[in-house]
Amino acid sequence: MADEVILLDYWPSMFGMRTKIALAEKGVKYEYKETDPWVKTPLLIEMNPIHKKIPVLIHNGKPICESLIQLEYIDEVWSDAYTILPSDPFQKSQARFWADFIDKKFYDPSWKVWATMGEELVAAKKELLEHFKTLETELGDKPYYGGEVFGYVDIALMGYYSWFKAMEKFGEFSIETEFPKLTTWTKRCLERESVVKALADSDRIIEYVHVMRKKFGAE
Amino acid sequence: MATEDVKLIGSWASVYVMRARIALHLKSISYEFLQETFGSKSELLLKSNPVHKKMPVLIHADKPVCESNIIVQYIDEAWNSSGPSILPSHPYDRAIARFWAAYIDDQWFISLRSILTAQGEEEKKAAIAQVEERTELLEKAFNDCSKGKPFFNGDHIGYLDIALGSFLGWWRVVELDANHKFLDETKTPSLAKWAERFCDDPTVKPIMPEITKLAEFARKLFPKPQA
Repeated sequence: MADEVILLDYWPSMFGMRTKIALAEKGVKYEYKETDPWVKTPLLIEMNPIHKKIPVLIHNGKPICESLIQLEYIDEVWSDAYTILPSDPFQKSQARFWADFIDKKFYDPSWKVWATMGEELVAAKKELLEHFKTLETELGDKPYYGGEVFGYVDIALMGYYSWFKAMEKFGEFSIETEFPKLTTWTKRCLERESVVKALADSDRIIEYVHVMRKKFGAE
Repeated sequence: MATEDVKLIGSWASVYVMRARIALHLKSISYEFLQETFGSKSELLLKSNPVHKKMPVLIHADKPVCESNIIVQYIDEAWNSSGPSILPSHPYDRAIARFWAAYIDDQWFISLRSILTAQGEEEKKAAIAQVEERTELLEKAFNDCSKGKPFFNGDHIGYLDIALGSFLGWWRVVELDANHKFLDETKTPSLAKWAERFCDDPTVKPIMPEITKLAEFARKLFPKPQA
């Protein structure tokens, strides 16, 4: 039976970029449907009635929501190709922990640093730099977060890569200066076709951020 | 894999710690329960979870695993040949279980908690309405996931049962505090029956905290503002 795979996604979404990377790593053919999450189309509402957000992965008509859940699903269904998560239960738990850290802690200041002003901005910048430092320390001298192989945490964090330039610009810091190990790691990940094809252009993201800042009243 | 060195850092009152304990019981794993003192964090906790400094932390053969849902999955995978499976076997069912577990933590619990932290009647009423709405979604999720069986996971307790069921003690405390019943035979017939089954389960019964004790603890954690 031929698999029908559709991805509802929006071009700037760091979450959608994760799913695109995973699908490409597994060599899964899919139909990409550009979906603006601010416009609640009937298909989006039908496939993600709870959150009405993208990305939504639709596999043979059945929706899977939330990017990290999609990554695990993709790994389990297309299991004969390269694996995204390690097979050892402890290593897997560590991978899940760090991906969870990225979404629970890193996500909020990562957008507040371009969306806010004044005291809120100062606090967001401080928090963001702390979390970058934590991620730099966790990576250490390993080629990838999981060790020798590109995997779950790398995909979870590289999803944000297109937004790094915007974070640097509005947060007024340089990732290359402050976080050399992360910088080396991003360059390594950018050698992968799956990553390059999934990411949005950083300058285009900055243009998008300007539009969003006007909406939030930050400019 | 029988006599492993397994420790769990936690507290009798914590929902999240309860999740880990239920999973350990399901797999018949003996463990040392290291209870934290309320108001302070032990050196072991700070050393084992330097990033979040929170419980529960499962320490298995000196290796720490943090975050309750991650711990539950770890227990399922590390002891996969003992006891029932905690996660469903089909990838799609697993994705659905993970989705609702995340919903419970990120959305449903936030509204439940706002009832306890609400300032004034208006705020409380709004929080109650939101919990009602979100619980209705969970009732539907139960019917979809259980497919007529006793638990979200089917014949026995699983990941999603643990994710929501661990809240039942606190949920009852909130119901008493707000003077409002959420789990009820008319509004949420499936969840009401499931809740009874869950609390009666031998893996849960010995560790479900006593409601009066929990309510007393809640008053310490969420003191009422002085009039």
